[in-house]
Amino acid sequence: MTPQLIPVPSRGLFTERDAGKKPVLECVNLGINFGGLAAVEDFNIMLGPTEISGLIGPNGAGKTTIFNLLTKVYQPTHGTILLDGIDTYAMNTAQVNRAGIARTFQNIRLFSNMTVEQNITAAMSVDIKYGLIGSMTHMGRYKAEEKSARERAMKLLSIFNMEGYAKSKAGSLPYGAQRRLEILRALATDPKVLLLDEPAAGMNPHETAELMENILKIRDEFQIAVLLIEHDMSLVMNICEGIAVLNFGKLIAKGSPEEIQANPDVIEAYLGKKKEA
Amino acid sequence: MKKKHVSKNVLTLCAVAVLYAVIAYMLYSGGLKRQVTNMLIPTSVYIVLAVSLNLVVGLLGELSLGHAGFMSVGLFSGCLVSIALVDVLPTPLRIVISMIVGGLFAAVAGLIVGLPALRLKGDYLAIVTLACGEIIKNVITNLDITGGPIGLNTKPIYTGAKGLLPYAIALVFVTVIVMMNLKKSKIGREIMAIRDNRIAAESIGINITYCKLAVFIIAAFFAGAAGCIYGHAFANVKAASFDYNMSIEILVLVVLGGMGSVSGSIIAAIVLSVLPEALRGFSDYRMLAYAIVLILVMLMSNNPRIKALREKLKLRRSGRKEGAA
Repeated sequence: MTPQLIPVPSRGLFTERDAGKKPVLECVNLGINFGGLAAVEDFNIMLGPTEISGLIGPNGAGKTTIFNLLTKVYQPTHGTILLDGIDTYAMNTAQVNRAGIARTFQNIRLFSNMTVEQNITAAMSVDIKYGLIGSMTHMGRYKAEEKSARERAMKLLSIFNMEGYAKSKAGSLPYGAQRRLEILRALATDPKVLLLDEPAAGMNPHETAELMENILKIRDEFQIAVLLIEHDMSLVMNICEGIAVLNFGKLIAKGSPEEIQANPDVIEAYLGKKKEA
Repeated sequence: MKKKHVSKNVLTLCAVAVLYAVIAYMLYSGGLKRQVTNMLIPTSVYIVLAVSLNLVVGLLGELSLGHAGFMSVGLFSGCLVSIALVDVLPTPLRIVISMIVGGLFAAVAGLIVGLPALRLKGDYLAIVTLACGEIIKNVITNLDITGGPIGLNTKPIYTGAKGLLPYAIALVFVTVIVMMNLKKSKIGREIMAIRDNRIAAESIGINITYCKLAVFIIAAFFAGAAGCIYGHAFANVKAASFDYNMSIEILVLVVLGGMGSVSGSIIAAIVLSVLPEALRGFSDYRMLAYAIVLILVMLMSNNPRIKALREKLKLRRSGRKEGAA
C-alpha cells in the first residue's frame, strides 16, 4: 500500500510540544452508516504525536463507534484514517494494531483465564521472534525471547506497581487492577496511539487521581499520543490538551478544555437548551 | 511459580516414562497377560488422540467432533504407504515414514476442516466437524484402494504389541512434549487469548486465521500419526469403526481429564481404556457400570467441595515451592 498524504486544512490543536511535527493520527470526514442511520458523520480530528486528547459526549453520541472505526472493528463507510500518514483503509483490526493503534475496552476484555503476565506477553507476540516450530520445540531463540518478554512485562507492570499480580489469573483481579492491566496490555503492543475507552469508569476519586498521573507518566515515558473517552470531567479537563465533543454522531466542538467549558453548543448538548424567557 | 510449572510438566513426563518402563519390562520379560498386552497400543493411541484434541478443545476452546476422521485419514494413508513399502524398507524406517505420511495427510484434512472453523464457532463448528468426520468415513468406505466396506487388509504390515510399543511410546512422548511446549509459548498464548476473548485478541495484533489453522493442522497431524500406529496393530481395519462415536469418546477423554490439562488427558485415556476391561466382572452390566462410573467422575470433578480441596492442595504445593526457592 502506498502511503498517501491528503492535504487537510489545519483542524488540529497542536500543543507547543508537538509544534512542527506531523500528526500521528488524522481522521478526514470519517463516517459510518448502519443501515439508514449515520452513527458517525464527518468526523475530523488530528492528533499530535504526544498529545493527550479527550473525546466526550452524551451517551450514544458515537464515541465508542469512533474507536471501533479507528481499530477497524467496523469498516468506515466514508472518509479516511491516516496513521502516521498511512491510509489504514485496507487493514484489518490486527494489522491496524501492528501499525500502531492500541486500545482498551469499555467493558473490560481481558484474557481472564490467563495469568496477568501471559496477558501482557500475549500482546508482545509480534515482537517475539520465534515461530511455530520454536513454539513446539522450545529450541533456538525461545529461551532468550521468552526471558526478554517476561522482563519487559515486569517492567510494564511496575508502572502501576502490579508486579505482585504477575502470576495471578487476570479474571481474579480487583476491578481497578483489571482496568489498569488492560492499559498495560495495550501498551505492550508498542503503539503510537493509545485509545482508552472510559479508563476511569468504576474508579473512586483516589484511583482516578492516580490514573491521571499514570496517563501523563505513560505519555512522557513512551512518547505516544493518547485519545480517551471519559465521562469523568475532572479527569478530562485536567489532563486533556485537546477535547472533541460529539453529539448524535457529529462533532459539535473542538478546542482546549477552557474553550469547551465555555462553548454554548456543548452546554446545550449536555444540559439541554435554555428555555426562552 | 515458573519453577512450579516446569516441575509439573517434568513430573508428568517422568510418570509416563516410569509407567512405560515398567510396562515395557513386563512385556518383554513375558510377565504381561494377553489381555493387557492387547490394550497397550490402543491405550497409547488414545493418549495421543486425547492430548492432541485437547489442543483444539482445551486451548483454542472450539468443539471439534471430527477427530476420529483425521485419525482414519492418517490410518489409511499411512498404512497404504507402509504396505507399499513392506518389502522395500526395513521395519523401523517403514513405520516411521508411514507415521509421518499418515500425519501429513491428516494435517491436510485438518487444514480443509480448519477453513470453516475460521468462520464458525461453538455449536455450529461442532456440527461441521461432525459432518466432516462422517464424510471422511464414507469416502474411505467407498474407495477401492482402502478395501471398501470390507476394510483394508493390513496383515502384511501387522506388528504385535512388542514390535509396536517403542513407536507408540515415542509418539506419546513427542505429542505430550509438543503440547506442553505449545502451551508455554508465544503461539500457545495467542491461541488461549483467542479462546478467552477473540475481539481483544484481534485488538492486540494476533493473527486469528493463522492460529486457528495451526491448531487444526497440528492436532490432525498427531491424530493421523496415532491412527497409523493403530492400523499396524490389527490385521484388518474398517473405516466404519472411526465414526462420530469414536470422536465423542475422544472428546469424553478431554472433558474428563480437564480442558487444557495434558496430564489429565493422559490419565483419562488410561482410565477409560482400562475401565471396560476392569469391569468385566459385571459381565452383562459392564457398559451400564461404565456409564455410571463416568457420571460419578463428572459429578465429583465438578463438586464445589472437591474443587475447593484441589485448590487448597494446589496452594499448599505452590506455597512450599515458593518457600523453597
